[in-house]
Amino acid sequence: MAMLEVQNLEVCYGVIRAIKGISFEVNQGEIVTLIGANGAGKTTTMQSVVGLIPKRSGSVIFDGHDITKTPCHKIVHLGMTQVPEGRRIFQELSVYENLLMGAYSMKDQSGFKNDLDAIYTRFPRLAERKNQIAGTLSGGEQQMLAMGRAIMSHPKLLMLDEPSMGLSPLLVDQVFEIIKDINKDGTTILLVEQNAGKSLAISDRAYVLENGEIVLTGTGSELASSEMVRKAYLGG
Amino acid sequence: MKFLETLINGFSIGGIYAMIALGYTMVYGIAKMLNFAHGDIIMVGAYVIILFLPINPVVAIIAAVVLCALLGISIEKIAYKPLRGASPLAVLITAIGVSYLLQSLAQIIAGPNPKLNNLFEKLFPKFLETHRGGIITIGSFNIKLSTIITLACVAVVMVGLTLFVKRTKTGRAMVAVSEDKGAAQLMGVNVNSIIMITFAIGSALAALASTLMMLDGQKFAVDMGSLPGIKAFTAAVIGGIGSIPGAMLGGIVLGLVECFAQMAGFGEYTVAIEFSILIIVLLVKPTGILGKKRREKV
Ligand SMILES: Nc1ncnc2c1ncn2[C@@H]1O[C@H](COP(=O)(O)OP(=O)(O)OP(=O)(O)O)[C@@H](O)[C@H]1O
Ligand SMILES: [Mg+2]
Repeated sequence: MAMLEVQNLEVCYGVIRAIKGISFEVNQGEIVTLIGANGAGKTTTMQSVVGLIPKRSGSVIFDGHDITKTPCHKIVHLGMTQVPEGRRIFQELSVYENLLMGAYSMKDQSGFKNDLDAIYTRFPRLAERKNQIAGTLSGGEQQMLAMGRAIMSHPKLLMLDEPSMGLSPLLVDQVFEIIKDINKDGTTILLVEQNAGKSLAISDRAYVLENGEIVLTGTGSELASSEMVRKAYLGG
Repeated sequence: MKFLETLINGFSIGGIYAMIALGYTMVYGIAKMLNFAHGDIIMVGAYVIILFLPINPVVAIIAAVVLCALLGISIEKIAYKPLRGASPLAVLITAIGVSYLLQSLAQIIAGPNPKLNNLFEKLFPKFLETHRGGIITIGSFNIKLSTIITLACVAVVMVGLTLFVKRTKTGRAMVAVSEDKGAAQLMGVNVNSIIMITFAIGSALAALASTLMMLDGQKFAVDMGSLPGIKAFTAAVIGGIGSIPGAMLGGIVLGLVECFAQMAGFGEYTVAIEFSILIIVLLVKPTGILGKKRREKV
């Protein structure tokens, strides 16, 4: 069953057509990756799907709801959220307050304590720093916080935009492990990555985006062994 | 004694500026716009008080606060919301237009002449019988009851607002929106309602400031909001526009400067001194004393 179905999505910045009518889908339980070079339109796709930037045309169906014209905050209440590019944690709030913000859309606050404990268990570094102002966390800790904050809302679909950006190789591995873990717990994942090798390895399926168009699609392993992907994204 | 009295008056006047400055700074923080019509809300509040005073002074104050909050919300909906995402200049000009509109409407409805108010007499008739001019004297120390009430109100507002922002879900959402609108939306925050709440709180505080000014015997006049508005705006910028503690600090600083300049006999230079402080602060720290650099994102 398709959890997310994007049809002929077109997004423009003024006269520039950044996304030129792409279609893709993410099925329940899958990890799907969009790979693409700088400026291919990955972030634009992610932000327009979640309702942060307007769509020129096309349609987006999420979990049976037509969310093409739905504002972002309502989409979040339907069970989709995103770890945005550059993490964008709330720098002036503490770690704990950031996690509280993560649970903002939860109508039932009774599970909050358990969710918080679960996050602290998954990310022990956050537990140690729960009262620290988030702006003073290291890049890796901020990424953990951004992921923790996103899963506080129990999303059905979690989108992550380049979660490995700017992290040390060790932390990159850890981030991909965590994504696999979150997926095992039942969350469907849509991932954007430039780190094609690692992301294809954990993906059920993937799409290659070039200049606002999808040029290739297949399972993670198909794409990992495709000539074109290896040349362009895996360094030969 | 003179020093202590001046200090207390400084805090009281500064507290009123701070209360108004909070409206500027919160709206700037959340909606990223300068609401130059904010000062005129003070005037509207004062007029509502005059209007309802014959019925009952307490009713008049409540009516002023509630109606001003509604007015703030309506101004945002009608005048500013359609300009969301437009150039800052367009928004600024619109705000100035709203300011003129409010003043002109008031002039048509209330007439051009200043009106006396007797809010204090209505609220404390018994007290006035025993204390001439509403002044409490302890030895050689004099303090007006209205000053005590102002200090108490300012303290309650400052503590209350700080707790609201730090401890409540909506308050945290306000901080989140002021820092990063997009990220806040990704948490499920409805930015439009947060902006609405911000305008409501700011305008209610302006009405409260207006009440305190009336309590101190201020006459109603169509342009009565202009000077406090400009001073409060200056205070907000000195403290760091967008920062709530900054607005409080800036307001108090201006109030103290004003009163001590007067005590020292430099009364007529007050505004010059205040703007010098503004310039010096901005030269040393362009974001204001407690202001932070902000990045803008989708
Ligand atoms: N706010 C904007 N205004 C105008 N053009 C934009 C804007 N944001 C992005 N673009 C353009 O749209 C195209 C796609 O950008 P996008 O950020 O989606 O790429 P990306 O695939 O996420 O790249 P990266 O890997 O560098 O993050 C680029 O050509 C970019 O210059
Ligand atoms: Mg990007």
